[in-house]
Amino acid sequence: MKARPLARDRAFPQGSNRRGTGMLSYTLKRLALAVVVTLVVSALSFGLLYLSGDPAAAIGGEAATDADIANIRKIYGLDRPIYIQYLTWIGKALQGDFGMSYYFRLPVSQIMAARVPATLILGCSAIVFALIFSIPLGVIAAIRPNSWVDRTALFLSVMGQAMPSFWLGLMLIVVFSVWLPILPPSGTEGWEYFVMPTIVLGYFAMPAIMRLTRAGMMEVLASDYIRTARAKGLRSGSILFKHALRNAIIPVVSVSAVQFGFMLGGSIVVETVFAIQGMGYLAWESIKRSDFPTVQAVILIFAVIYIVLTLLADLLNGWLDPRIRVT
Amino acid sequence: MEFLSIPPVEEILGPSPGQLLRRRLFAHKGLMIGGIILAVIISFALLAPILSSQDPYAQSLTTRLSKPFWHAESTWKHPLGSDHVGRDYLSRLLYGAQISLLIGFCVALISGVIGAALGVVAGYFGGRVDMVITFIITLRLSIPFVLVAVAVVGIVGGSLKVVIITLGLLLWNRYAVVMRSATQQIRNQDYIPAAEAVGCSTTRILLSEIMPNIVNNLVVVATLEMANAILLEAALSFLGLGVQPPIPSWGLMVAEGKDFLFFEPWLIAIPGVALFVLVLAINLLGDGIRDVTAPENR
Amino acid sequence: MSTLLEVEDLQIDIPISAGDLHAVRGISFTVGKGETLGLVGESGCGKSMTALALMNLLPKTARRRGTRLAFGGKDLIALKEREMADIRGDRMSMIFQEPMTSLNPSYTIGNQLMEVMLRHRRVSRSEARNRAVFLLEKVGISAAKSRLGQYPHQLSGGLRQRVMIAMALMCDPELIIADEPTTALDVTIQAQILHLLRGLQREFRMAMILITHDLGIVARVADRVAVMYAGQIVETGTVRDVFTQPLHPYTHGLLDCIPIPGKTPRGELLGSIPGMVPTPVGVLLGCTFRNRCSFTFQDCAVQDPGMRRVSETHGCRCLLELEKLAKRA
Repeated sequence: MKARPLARDRAFPQGSNRRGTGMLSYTLKRLALAVVVTLVVSALSFGLLYLSGDPAAAIGGEAATDADIANIRKIYGLDRPIYIQYLTWIGKALQGDFGMSYYFRLPVSQIMAARVPATLILGCSAIVFALIFSIPLGVIAAIRPNSWVDRTALFLSVMGQAMPSFWLGLMLIVVFSVWLPILPPSGTEGWEYFVMPTIVLGYFAMPAIMRLTRAGMMEVLASDYIRTARAKGLRSGSILFKHALRNAIIPVVSVSAVQFGFMLGGSIVVETVFAIQGMGYLAWESIKRSDFPTVQAVILIFAVIYIVLTLLADLLNGWLDPRIRVT
Repeated sequence: MEFLSIPPVEEILGPSPGQLLRRRLFAHKGLMIGGIILAVIISFALLAPILSSQDPYAQSLTTRLSKPFWHAESTWKHPLGSDHVGRDYLSRLLYGAQISLLIGFCVALISGVIGAALGVVAGYFGGRVDMVITFIITLRLSIPFVLVAVAVVGIVGGSLKVVIITLGLLLWNRYAVVMRSATQQIRNQDYIPAAEAVGCSTTRILLSEIMPNIVNNLVVVATLEMANAILLEAALSFLGLGVQPPIPSWGLMVAEGKDFLFFEPWLIAIPGVALFVLVLAINLLGDGIRDVTAPENR
Repeated sequence: MSTLLEVEDLQIDIPISAGDLHAVRGISFTVGKGETLGLVGESGCGKSMTALALMNLLPKTARRRGTRLAFGGKDLIALKEREMADIRGDRMSMIFQEPMTSLNPSYTIGNQLMEVMLRHRRVSRSEARNRAVFLLEKVGISAAKSRLGQYPHQLSGGLRQRVMIAMALMCDPELIIADEPTTALDVTIQAQILHLLRGLQREFRMAMILITHDLGIVARVADRVAVMYAGQIVETGTVRDVFTQPLHPYTHGLLDCIPIPGKTPRGELLGSIPGMVPTPVGVLLGCTFRNRCSFTFQDCAVQDPGMRRVSETHGCRCLLELEKLAKRA
């Protein structure tokens, strides 16, 4: 999601010295909001189960008789009132117990724990990859607007936003695993296995981050305090990195956190294409198999990660920009 | 004494706002390229029955996996080759355009109505209403929508209708956010209280004072979300959790061609390129409209 | 008094769609050691551009030319950017108009003050800190030590401008350029800041170029005045010269606009200069002030009046005979 840089040069008429308390109350407010949102989202993800009508029938399959379905209902506790089912579920979830997977006959938490590392590695390398390329590109594009670097960067970002990720993944496999076999197309045995998935997962965040960095830098470089920095005779490296980037990067940080969340959601496609045994792949498999406890748990975990990331993004914003803490 | 010839009215008055807008529209390269490509794709979709005589569903096992025209062993019966059960790729491509465009428009419409309504109401009324709606938006933002979309479609069962409704009900948040802030900016202008003072009803103010001024924001977001919806549907269909075979969705075509990656890469290349071109065109158009109507947002 | 800054025939052009905008059209002036030159004129007359040109901080599209731009004997025009950066903040520093936005919001006052000294001198951090505290106290900020840890948004406009002044003094510059330092401040604070600047200038023995549109400020603070109009200096002289015997019709007009309690007759209209400042684009002929001047005659349209010396210190750019000009006072 593209966020406009704050109009940083808005004047505050009177000074305020409430730096300490400002940060604390801001954090508490955001935390409270996060908790409420988590609860509501958990209820929603729990309710997904009932979209298909009768989950017992879905579990039983096509050949199940009415007696079978009634039996299933009793075994899985689906005959109790909905809110009781929800409360039991959320109560157990808070203790880390997400029930048993219908398919694997193992605790869901155990299955998820095994799958988390792959997704985490993939997500982290993807965001790092995106940042390493987008931020410098954005900075250079801002310093030399309308140069060939700038035009190339904009061109790449326009192209990047239009490419379907699954297609990019498959094309990369064709090129690097079939035509010139230098990278493995699936699995997770070593770092080479993560190269293509990282590129595919990361490229989608690059246009947004690059454009935001460029816009932010251009706005900051035109500001009065940069003129002051130049008038002080500071070296251009210091002006660029200490003064300009420090301010321009603030919206980029929070957008990156949000993009990281998107990536985790988008991992379902990438993991499926590259057969990586991560949470996204698990989600896909479980949905296909109507393994409801796993589906509910995965969606809840992802939602919680999203919420935590957004919270972190807001807090980072507050920490990086001293003026926000006052409000 | 000399008579000075009176210049024509247009020269004295200068170009009208409409003419200025049209000039900027046509001068913007991205917008023109995107618009033209989109127009071409739309006409291909509408003219599909004429452009391709083949039935996209007709299987023909004798001509399966024939190669497209740039290969040596191609046949003119299948100019773009055929898939693993012999269906003509050209006609599948054209009919697939119909699916993608249909989904794009419908989803943009549904989510646009929901999001714009929420955003405008939140921005106009402010206070409690705004708090509630902002909370709802935050809720929506906290949901990993790809997963939820996949889950919903997977549980309820995939079909065109389900995909459209699910995406329409999930993709409204950017509309809401943009329309809310646009409305808030306009809310503070003087002509709103002026309209209230004259006795205009709230509905009338919303429709005739506020909406015309934020319509261009709405159009920009709509084009970008339309592209988003098309990509999402393709991803869903690719995962097998969207439109079901034998409907010629481009995403589904890529999924079906995945197994033949090694020797028949055109099976995934062609629909992929089509998706890419369509989404690119829509993005260019949307960016162009945004540049032309509000250059400071660039 | 020896000369610190010599500017000869400075020209600044900015290309715009309609042609070349001649923001500054060949001005020449000098500033002696420890003296204050007031550069006065309306908005758009080129005074801020002149200041930026001295520090070479003009926008990228602007072109700067001049016969001579000597600071302490050293020519600045041909100087490479690196060497110019060494001079900025060290021997020559600048204070800007907008204190609210001229400080970096993400760093403390102390950090921004200290970095000037750490950049230009080989000193330790504690020496830089001590200097910062010393200067903050000099500019009248109480509790200076604790202020070092504050952020710009915690200070009011007047305080921020004082910090800017302290920042400009960190390395003991020989010349300080103040571009409308009080325009954005409350009237009561204005007087304080000006008084402060004057005091500091005397104490640190700096030269100062004070840029303003307010003649009252110039009268109070400056030693010499240069009046600018549409990119040219139309009159220059000591404050006494120009205020007691204004020569150029524009200067007359400016002085007429100021109501002086006790002197300006009641009930009469305040003076005003009819017309608007022309935008100096493209080729210009003759005197740029002629459309608003009550004394113009035929030659004004074709001949560009050069700077004519009336006395050793007083000069005026006008074709009128001196007696006629002097009589007007």
